[in-house]
This record gives sequence, structure tokens and C-alpha cells, in this order.
Amino acid sequence: MNTNHRIENNDTTTPSILVVDDEKVVRDSLTKWFRQDGYSVESAENGAEALKILQTRKWDLILLDIKMPGMDGMELQERIKDLDQQATIVFITAHATIESAVKALKRGAFDYVTKPVDPDYLSHIVTNALKARLLLKENERLRESISVASASDEIVGESAQMKKIFDLIETVARTDTTVMIRGESGTGKELVARAIHARSTRRFFPIVPVNCGALAEGLLESELFGHERGAFTGAHYRRKGKLELADGGTLFLDEIGNISLKTQMDLLRVLETRQFTRVGGNEVISVDFRVVCATNTDLELVVKRGAFREDLFYRLNVFTINLPPLRERRADIPLLVEHFVKKYALQMNKPISGLTCDAMDAVVRYSWPGNIRELENAVERAMVVGSAPNLRPEDLPFNLSEKQHQVREGTLDDVERSYIQEVLDRNHWNISRSALELAIDRVTLYHKIEKYGFKRPEPVH
Amino acid sequence: MSVPSTIRILNGSSLPATHIVSVRSALEQQFNVSVELKEYWFDLDTAIDKPRGQYLSAALLRQMGAEEQPQERLKLIGLMDADLFAPVLTFVYGEAQLGGSCAILSTFRLHNAFYGIPPDEKIFLERVAKEAVHETGHLFGLIHCRTFDCVMRSSTYVEEIDLKSANICPACRKYLEIRPKS
Repeated sequence: MNTNHRIENNDTTTPSILVVDDEKVVRDSLTKWFRQDGYSVESAENGAEALKILQTRKWDLILLDIKMPGMDGMELQERIKDLDQQATIVFITAHATIESAVKALKRGAFDYVTKPVDPDYLSHIVTNALKARLLLKENERLRESISVASASDEIVGESAQMKKIFDLIETVARTDTTVMIRGESGTGKELVARAIHARSTRRFFPIVPVNCGALAEGLLESELFGHERGAFTGAHYRRKGKLELADGGTLFLDEIGNISLKTQMDLLRVLETRQFTRVGGNEVISVDFRVVCATNTDLELVVKRGAFREDLFYRLNVFTINLPPLRERRADIPLLVEHFVKKYALQMNKPISGLTCDAMDAVVRYSWPGNIRELENAVERAMVVGSAPNLRPEDLPFNLSEKQHQVREGTLDDVERSYIQEVLDRNHWNISRSALELAIDRVTLYHKIEKYGFKRPEPVH
Repeated sequence: MSVPSTIRILNGSSLPATHIVSVRSALEQQFNVSVELKEYWFDLDTAIDKPRGQYLSAALLRQMGAEEQPQERLKLIGLMDADLFAPVLTFVYGEAQLGGSCAILSTFRLHNAFYGIPPDEKIFLERVAKEAVHETGHLFGLIHCRTFDCVMRSSTYVEEIDLKSANICPACRKYLEIRPKS
């Protein structure tokens, strides 16, 4: 690009150079030389003046002399690096020694040249130094944009409980501590896991989710550890497992309570040694990841029953975040509804802006056993059938309108048991339809059936 | 009506007037201003760096300015034969005050003989003309251009001077047209 055009167009991308030298002729000469090249140049005659200038802004390149009265170039280099680790420094000195050159370069100087320097050589050094600086800046900018893009803004809530959750996320994200997220199905456990990852130092590496409840034991093992070619029938290729894919990042183990005892043992070994082998393999693989796990079961009870290893439980249960069910934070329901209405209005290109008062009233009073997932499904369905400008009570799922008047009593388990029984009966024990209505997956429904000891009624002939 | 600029060549070199014609012609063509020629004597003793055996270009520029006292819109370009340097650098072909009145150019390193290759008068005069236009371009506010063959492209060795043309590129010319006149 034509340099003179850049100036004419007030191009603010002009690289900047700070010249620090106690000799005025040198400062003037270099200032003139670099200004002719289109750089923005300032100069300082000593270290103290240079530091004052450096406090005001960042410089793309700093040219330092070594021998200066007061603070010499070496000391100034250290002080500059304290201010800006990424500072690009080139020493230009008439008092060159191998020792000082090595010292300067070891401390992070980009280059070290002896006066007088060949103009061509100086030109190349400056060009290369500025290129290196540009790469660093671009790297910083890209990292920043990743941080912004990956920081989840989908956790919606202003209630006191959610504010506490946000604080916990901010606190634990900065550490590498293992986190266990507990909460009923549909409360947003994966969103919290992603929010923790997005705010951690591991955010430039992936977060790898594993749904431990969705896979049979053999498949889960291969999913986690990967396998070598020929490890089992169908293993035509070597495959990296989720542990390997999460290297540097975060491993998110969802429904941790559903893994077999054998897999628990293998997982514990990995968490302790940070090493594993693929299924059917011998090569020891080292990994470094942070673990975030989630469960909707009472893990302490599962441990007592002997279905979950106590040692693994204590290794995972270091920092717990308990997500409240939606019925315990009704204040957030209108906010969530607004969020989902906006989302689906955009997706469906429908000019629906909210709910009527009656509809919102019904939504707030409903118990939401499926929590946020159920709420989102209900809003999505209502958006499909509803019309602008607002959703009405009749747009809401039929069971919502019925259920709002039912009063349930007893413990949480009692309420859940009663509701699930009702849904199963209404759907004639059709597992798929019941799971859909409950806004949970089939595996979770089977676990609930087992937990509460439901029995499928005998067919009537 | 604004006063048009004038370029005055201060010839302190051994180049005869007939050779200066090509320099004069190049300056007239590129800047579309009148170009005068004046024979000049540079007091090199004020600029010599004996250990280096070279002459400080900045000192000679000061000399030109002090003696000629250039008025508004007058640009001075000094031609001389001695080897010039700027502090920090091993040498310079010339030096100019960016947007100022005085520039200086040395022929010392423009001869093929300096590089141990057979002399070529034609190439030598082309180099002198190009560098004169380049340094004068700085006087009119132009900085180095990255366009490959623009005369304002920075040249740190003589082959680069040969590669570029003697012409100001369209973008630099546009800048010349719209800049505040000085």
C-alpha cells in the first residue's frame, strides 16, 4: 500500500518507533530516517524520559542504546519488559560486546546491532521486528475475540440464586479445580460447564463433552479412551478418545453417575496419573485437562449403594455448584421466556414479542419439572402455533394449562414420582412419548422408572 | 494566487553543466516547477568525521540553509561528490528535510567504480537524476513509497536505485497535488 496515501487518509495503523539514545544527533538522525519511511517516531534522551513516554502508550518498536547516563539500556530493557512483556526491543549501540549482546537477547531483545549500521541491514531489522510485533498483536487480538465469542451469554437469570451461581462460576473458572455441577435434568448444567470453560485459561483449547448416560459400557470406554485399529470388531481405524481430544482444555462428563464401576476405575486412574492407553493399545498417552462433571442423581446415595466408587466421588466432588430447579427461581421465568421468544422469533422470522399477561401468569405458576429445557420446548412449540404480537394461554402446550391448577404435596421425590407415574399412565407407557412430555431423554426416564420402582401394567386382553 | 515552487540545484560536485541537464530535466518533469542551477562550494571541513573519513550530511544541510536562506517555496538540492553519512548509519546516498527546504545528494556511491565494476556514464547519470528526484520528493513532503518502481521507494543499495524508475507513482503524485503547498 502506498505509504503517502496512508498518511493522507489518516491511517492509524502507522507503526510507531521510540528511539532512546543520549546523543541528540543520533536521535535526530534516526527520527528523520524512520519518518521518511512513514513511521510515527518519538525519541527520549534517557531511561527516565523513555519510561515516562512508555507509560502513555504502547510502541511497536523501541530502539535502545546501551551506554547512557543514569539508567543504562540493559536496566531500561528490564523496566520496559515490566511494563509490557510483549515490547519489541532492538539495541543499537556503539559499545557492543558479546556479553551484552547475549544478555540482551536472552532477556528478550529482538535484535542487537552495532553502530554504524548498514542502512539496508537496519531497514531489514526494523521491517522484521515490526512484522514480529504485528504477529504478536494479531495473536492478542485473536485470543481476545475467542474469549468474547466463547464466553457464554446464554445463562439467563437475575434471581439471587443465579447471581450466586454466576459468582461461583467466575471464582472457580480462574482455577484448574475439578467442578461438579449438580441439578435436576434441564437446569442448564452443560451451559454452566461451558461458561466455566469460556472464562478459564483453557478457553483457547476445546471443551469436550461426554454424555456418560447415553452410551453402553463398552462404547463409553472407547469413547473416552479411544481405540487402536483392530481393538474390537468394527475398529477399522485408530480413533482418538475424548480424553485425548480434551488435552489442554476441559473434559465435561455429563451424567457422571451413570458410568459402570469398571469405567469408574479406569477414569480414576486417569485423573490421578493423567495417563492412559487406548482400548487395545500399549502406548501410554499423557494428557492435561480440567474436569467438569455433572449429575442429576444423588451421588452420595449411589456411593452408599455401592454403585459409585467413593474414591472417585471425592476426587470429583472438589467444588460443587448446585443449580436450583426452575420452580425455586420463578423470578427468572419471565426473563427466560423473553430470551426464548427472541431466539425463536429470529429463527422462525415471526414478529412475536412476548406473552399476554394470562399466558405469562400460567407460565410462572407452572412447576416445570423438566426445568429450563421444558420451558424452552414449551416456548418453541407456542411460537410455532402462535401468532403476533403475543403468545396466548391457548398457544401453550396443553398439559401446561392443565397442570397449573394441580397441587402436589410431599417431598421432591414424592412429587417427581407422582408426576412421572401420571405421564406414563397418560401415554400408556409409551417411553418415547413420555420422555418427550417430561422433556428428558429415554435413558434418564428408564433410570427414574428403576429408581421409583414403577412397573409396567399387564396388558388387558 | 499562490507562488509556485522553485528548485535550485546547488552544484558542488564535479559534474559539468551538460551532465546536470539530465538532473534538471528530471526535476522539471516530475515536479512541474522551474529549476535553477547555481554553482556552489561546500565547506567540507565543518562536516568531516575524520575517523570515518566521511561527511555528516546534517551539517552540510545546515550550511546550505544558513548560506542560501531559502525563502518561501524555494527548495534547495545540493549535489556533491564526498561520501556522506548519518550517525548510526554506515553511509547515506543523500538526506533531505522532510517537508523542508534543503536536501543533499552525494555522487560518491553512485559510480560503478565504487563497486569495482566497469564504469557506465549513462547508468551513473540515471542514478543521480533518480536520487535527486527522490530527495526533492522528501522536500515536497513525500515519504518512502512501497510501490515497486516508484522513485520514492527507499533504496539502501545501488541495485535498488537501478530497479526503480525516475517517476513518481500515481498515488504519490496524488498526494503531491492535494497536500498543503509548502
